[in-house]
Amino acid sequence: MAIEAPEKPTTATPDSDAPRSQFAGRVNTQETGATLAGLRPAEDMIIPGVEDVVEESVSHHKPKGSDPISDQTMILNMGPQHPSTHGVLRLVVEVDGETVISLAPDIGYLHTGIEKTCEAKFYQQVVPLTDRIDYLAPMTNNTAYALAVEKLLELEIPPRAQWLRVLFNELMRINSHLVWLGTHAMDIGALTVFLYCFREREQLMRVFEAVSGQRMMTSYIRIGGVSMEPPMGLFDQIRKFLLDFPSKIDEYEGLLNANPIWLGRLKGVGLLSQEDAIALGVSGPPMRASGVDFDLRRDMPYSSYEKFQFKVPISNEGDVWARYIVRMEEMRESTKICLQALDGMPEGRYVADAPKIILPDREQMKTQMESLIHHFKIVTEGFQVPAGEATSSVEAPHGMMNYYVVSDGTAKPYRVHMRNADFANLQALEVMCKGRLIADVVAVIGSLDIVLGAIDR
Amino acid sequence: MPESIDTPATPEAIFGKDAVTAALADHAAIQRLQQFITDAKWDRGELTLTVAPETIVQACEAAKAAGYNFFEDMTGVDWYPSEPRFQLSYSLLSHRLKQRIRVVVRLEGDTPTIDSITGVWPASNFYEREVFDLFGVTFAGHPRLTRIMMPDNWNGHPLRKDYPVEGYR
Repeated sequence: MAIEAPEKPTTATPDSDAPRSQFAGRVNTQETGATLAGLRPAEDMIIPGVEDVVEESVSHHKPKGSDPISDQTMILNMGPQHPSTHGVLRLVVEVDGETVISLAPDIGYLHTGIEKTCEAKFYQQVVPLTDRIDYLAPMTNNTAYALAVEKLLELEIPPRAQWLRVLFNELMRINSHLVWLGTHAMDIGALTVFLYCFREREQLMRVFEAVSGQRMMTSYIRIGGVSMEPPMGLFDQIRKFLLDFPSKIDEYEGLLNANPIWLGRLKGVGLLSQEDAIALGVSGPPMRASGVDFDLRRDMPYSSYEKFQFKVPISNEGDVWARYIVRMEEMRESTKICLQALDGMPEGRYVADAPKIILPDREQMKTQMESLIHHFKIVTEGFQVPAGEATSSVEAPHGMMNYYVVSDGTAKPYRVHMRNADFANLQALEVMCKGRLIADVVAVIGSLDIVLGAIDR
Repeated sequence: MPESIDTPATPEAIFGKDAVTAALADHAAIQRLQQFITDAKWDRGELTLTVAPETIVQACEAAKAAGYNFFEDMTGVDWYPSEPRFQLSYSLLSHRLKQRIRVVVRLEGDTPTIDSITGVWPASNFYEREVFDLFGVTFAGHPRLTRIMMPDNWNGHPLRKDYPVEGYR
């Protein structure tokens, strides 16, 4: 390795006396047979940069003349086109044999400047941009953005729109978890599961297409409500799917739960303690799999979630297996929430009664002067939002999704910022992978369920 | 914790340190951050506390001690051309109290510096790198402050308001 040794191999970290994690010392060198001499302790929990990994690797070199095979570690580049990184994630991994010594994610390959673009659009034009952030759960993005803007506008959302939001947010969770399960299992080597998952996902895609005209970039949930009334017969179609779906989950579990390879690759891998999860900002299923009992839908409800009964699955194991169990249970709970939403679906308007903000009914626009004027004004000039700042927070399939919207009183947002769980969850990657085999990195990435669109924005 | 925080007796917005302190006297964050607050706002059910930039680390530690255990988010807002130009908004969540606060600092000048809070929450690592990359705010004491979204040789900080949407040509 032709990298010159720098004077100072490691950077000082400010919290070196932070409490040791409960899993520190449980890195099993016996199992892997690797030597971990010179391993920088993981307790600082600061995920390193690419340069840190390279510099540290140099510091692990032994003096000339020692055994050439055990002499040095290797830097391995993984991605950004590696299939198991679920997008354009690049990892720089320092390995000693097959054992990970340190690891740095390199992100930004999918950075499209959505936050900057938002500042040049009207409030209602931002909705289609939000679809493209976490593209496995576009309606959840829409909901989070709509909630933030509605908070600024202090809009009252009718019950039917809130129930529709809950219904489609939960269908999106099932959709996202199906993609997670299919690809995660495929990474581990269980190729068949992918086909089963995508069979059910196709039915959901048809539902989304029926309701919004689009399979993925739905933009169905808008500021003030939803974009249109669902077509006739759609609720029956969703109900049929939901009644059938628990048996499909059993089918996936039948393929996986007794599979010795699946068990061996998941159990005890990628441990993340409760303290580490909180310190590193991990949220969503990985946090709940580490024993933190917190779910925004139950604890800080939005969009009428307080009217639904459901359990929040948690586990204290903190490994890849626990995240698998938690997500499978979440799919079952989501099914229940969807059925409750269908059963209790209120009648009435699907958008708020705010003619200066909501586009008018198409028929009214053709016959009534005021509606035509409102339509023209909203489309050409947008609507003004009172100055202020607002944060919305929803429980997305990947974790906590916050939208921070700042208004200066004009028709365009002054600042839109998205907090996606994926971005923070990625920081826990090194803590989970350190001292484990390189193959476990693949399992851990799969269990984090990242979408690079949400990380890079 | 009192129930009154989620459903305040005064639904209207309250502005100013004294008014907010009086109205929400039993709020955990108000009590523990009292000495750091320079300005406060209760608006749309959200509590925003402005603190001096020099005290951000102590303020975060005080917030952590008050029960706001989870660092959610940190981002910037550029108020160019007015001064102080940059606003940094730290969003902190309490799992136990089930509420969040926003801690705000305002920074003067084109190349501001503020202390890093990676010592309080390691989770702030990526967020500080992002704000450094996109706004050009420097975080003193950050373990490795490098660009995270843009290429290393990029010119300018894209989320500043004097940076054109289409980029420099």
